[in-house]
Amino acid sequence: MAEGIHNLLGMKGLNREVITTILGTSAEFLKILERPIPKVPSLRGITIANVFFENSTRTRISFELAEKRLSADVINISASGSSVYKGETLLDTVRNIEAMRVDLVVIRHYAQGASKFLSDRIEAKVVNAGDGSHEHPTQALLDFMTLRQELSEFEGKKVLLLGDVTHSRVALSNIYGLQALGAEVMVCGPSTLLPHSISELGVESCYDLDEALSWCDAVNVFRLQIERQNDGFIPTLRDYQRKFGLTRQRLEKVGRKITVLAPGPMNRGVEIDSDVADAPGSVILQQVTHGVAVRMAVLYLISGKERVDE
Amino acid sequence: MSKESQPAISADGFRCTFADNMAIRGARLIDPSIDMDQVADILIVDGKIAAIGNIPDNFDGDVIDGTGLVVCPGFFDMHVHLREPGFEHKETVASGCIAAVAGGFTGIAPMPNTNPPIDNPGVVNLIRNAAADYPVDVCPIATISADRSGDTLAEFAELNDAGVKAFSDDGSPVQSANLMRLALEYVKMFDSVIIEHCEEPSLTRTGVMDEGKISTELGLPGWPSAAEDIDSYRAIRLAEYVDSRIHLAHVSTAETVRLIRDAKERGVRVTGEATPHHMSLDSSVIIDYDTNYKVNPPLRTPADVEALIEGLADGTIDAIATDHAPHATDEKEVEFIHAPFGMIGLETALGVVITKLVQTDRISLIRAIDALSVAPRKIMSLPEIPIKVGADANLTLFDPNEKWTVDRDQMRSKSSNTPFNGWELSGRARGVINRGLAWMRTD
Repeated sequence: MAEGIHNLLGMKGLNREVITTILGTSAEFLKILERPIPKVPSLRGITIANVFFENSTRTRISFELAEKRLSADVINISASGSSVYKGETLLDTVRNIEAMRVDLVVIRHYAQGASKFLSDRIEAKVVNAGDGSHEHPTQALLDFMTLRQELSEFEGKKVLLLGDVTHSRVALSNIYGLQALGAEVMVCGPSTLLPHSISELGVESCYDLDEALSWCDAVNVFRLQIERQNDGFIPTLRDYQRKFGLTRQRLEKVGRKITVLAPGPMNRGVEIDSDVADAPGSVILQQVTHGVAVRMAVLYLISGKERVDE
Repeated sequence: MSKESQPAISADGFRCTFADNMAIRGARLIDPSIDMDQVADILIVDGKIAAIGNIPDNFDGDVIDGTGLVVCPGFFDMHVHLREPGFEHKETVASGCIAAVAGGFTGIAPMPNTNPPIDNPGVVNLIRNAAADYPVDVCPIATISADRSGDTLAEFAELNDAGVKAFSDDGSPVQSANLMRLALEYVKMFDSVIIEHCEEPSLTRTGVMDEGKISTELGLPGWPSAAEDIDSYRAIRLAEYVDSRIHLAHVSTAETVRLIRDAKERGVRVTGEATPHHMSLDSSVIIDYDTNYKVNPPLRTPADVEALIEGLADGTIDAIATDHAPHATDEKEVEFIHAPFGMIGLETALGVVITKLVQTDRISLIRAIDALSVAPRKIMSLPEIPIKVGADANLTLFDPNEKWTVDRDQMRSKSSNTPFNGWELSGRARGVINRGLAWMRTD
């Protein structure tokens, strides 16, 4: 990226140096966000299109705020999943974006590989804001920023990914990135919601949450999409909560501090209890702040602009 | 008998003539069905083999220099999709026939998942008639179930009278085990065979590629190999139980190879086909979400590829078939999960087989010809076409050493969804002779 990489499609293939550069730049932008006027002219004259094929209010607002803090011109294109069925293909959308001469596209799409599809076909730079159950690299980066703050380093640290790993859009980005940074990764969740061949990615699996918690330094709690019950992956939410719900009791049993991350909207009382999410020292809301800083860093580094930091 | 001086149809890139008085000099004649492998001249008069040996220097007909060429019984692809009627933007009978000739095939069996499906003699004849002037025997496969609905049997007796030699609901499996049993029993009254597309659909509902390490890395929903194996076993076991014949289409897994091998050993009348793509590509090629690699059944693991090649070498897999499945570019230029399954294969089959299987010493050239010509015709209950004096000239001419590069923009098929674009291959058809016609490449 620093060496002129045009896109951020995923964490896969990014080495420790690149990730460390992004995190370092993010830390600088975080300081800017704490100023009275948290805005820099770094991307003045750059036009960014946020193209969202599925709703994700939180991610879209985070990107939009990051873009505005960098003084970019921003357009939002919302093409919900249904428009595909009305006849507009991703390729047509791509061509329209290209015709508008934007410099950078942030794309969120329900289909795996959609950001790669886009970047193969347009001149503009592309940032993946989540492509189905594949990758969501900026979410992983904000997780790492928070982890670095809490754990101070990654080498040898143990991170647990908890919940529906198969359908998660952040699991793979976490795995690829954390492994590049020298951390160990374990997944814990219902056997029906862990990918068939996850061990081939160098990741341990565990079905016993207490055992997994006693292993880890940090846990990233994935949202359980309520539809999974209807799809038959789990019998009931109640059964899920019984085996995999992150409760204060479970954390206290470990007897030492474990950093708790949660990427998306939470189902309180299912995958995470309120007294965990809202505990003193919880970093879950800090993650949201870090998200803006990380996205500023990514957009800035990809744009290749000289830093204008008065 | 008066005759037109020119055949009714010709195609760019081919010299299209009657095979009424022609000689091929000095070619290697290979016919596995009669253990023939010799260099000799061959004389063809009025579409029949008139002499094998030395043709006099003063022969006054067309002469093809056969130096370096192999001449063998015409290739037969028992698994293609011609898309007509219903999906003519992907392929037509005419464009499919030209692609077949370019690949060296003198016969093809189109699958019945057309619209309307091939479930009555009207559609059978529509397809046959569209192919009438090509040097390609087009032998439609009819549906197992009426309207390909999976509910009740199609009219096998009437279809068999119309010349149908095989029945399949390909594209989909036969979901009901009882309907499969009935089809296997009913087909025993005819010189026909049931072909099953093996897939347990409740396991593949969202699947788009082989379930394994690569699908996990890409976050794509997996298509487990077990989904194929379960249905393979069901088909084999039912054929054994009612003492009928079963052919398994596009075998893609090591376990199904093992099931066929075991069944053959205990005397079950089961045959199998494998495609060039399943024997030359594994799922790792999908790493950039290229939809040209999306196919049903999906590309599998290197171990599966290896098992298929072993199966082909030892005869467990009887035939090579392409599952030629054309799709328009705009249909494939979409998100991976939305792209249709299928890849074209007629024009690349020979080159891939020679390059990946013969030149690597996995199978002999003779076994390759057997699997491309003799075996599929036998499974389809079609007459033998030996290279013998007096027999109809149904021949493929190819140069096993011709080097060429696959170019998706140069395909004779109406579609260009090949997984082999840019591959450098050895082995290419020079032309075919069949039905009294000779089509020879001019380039």
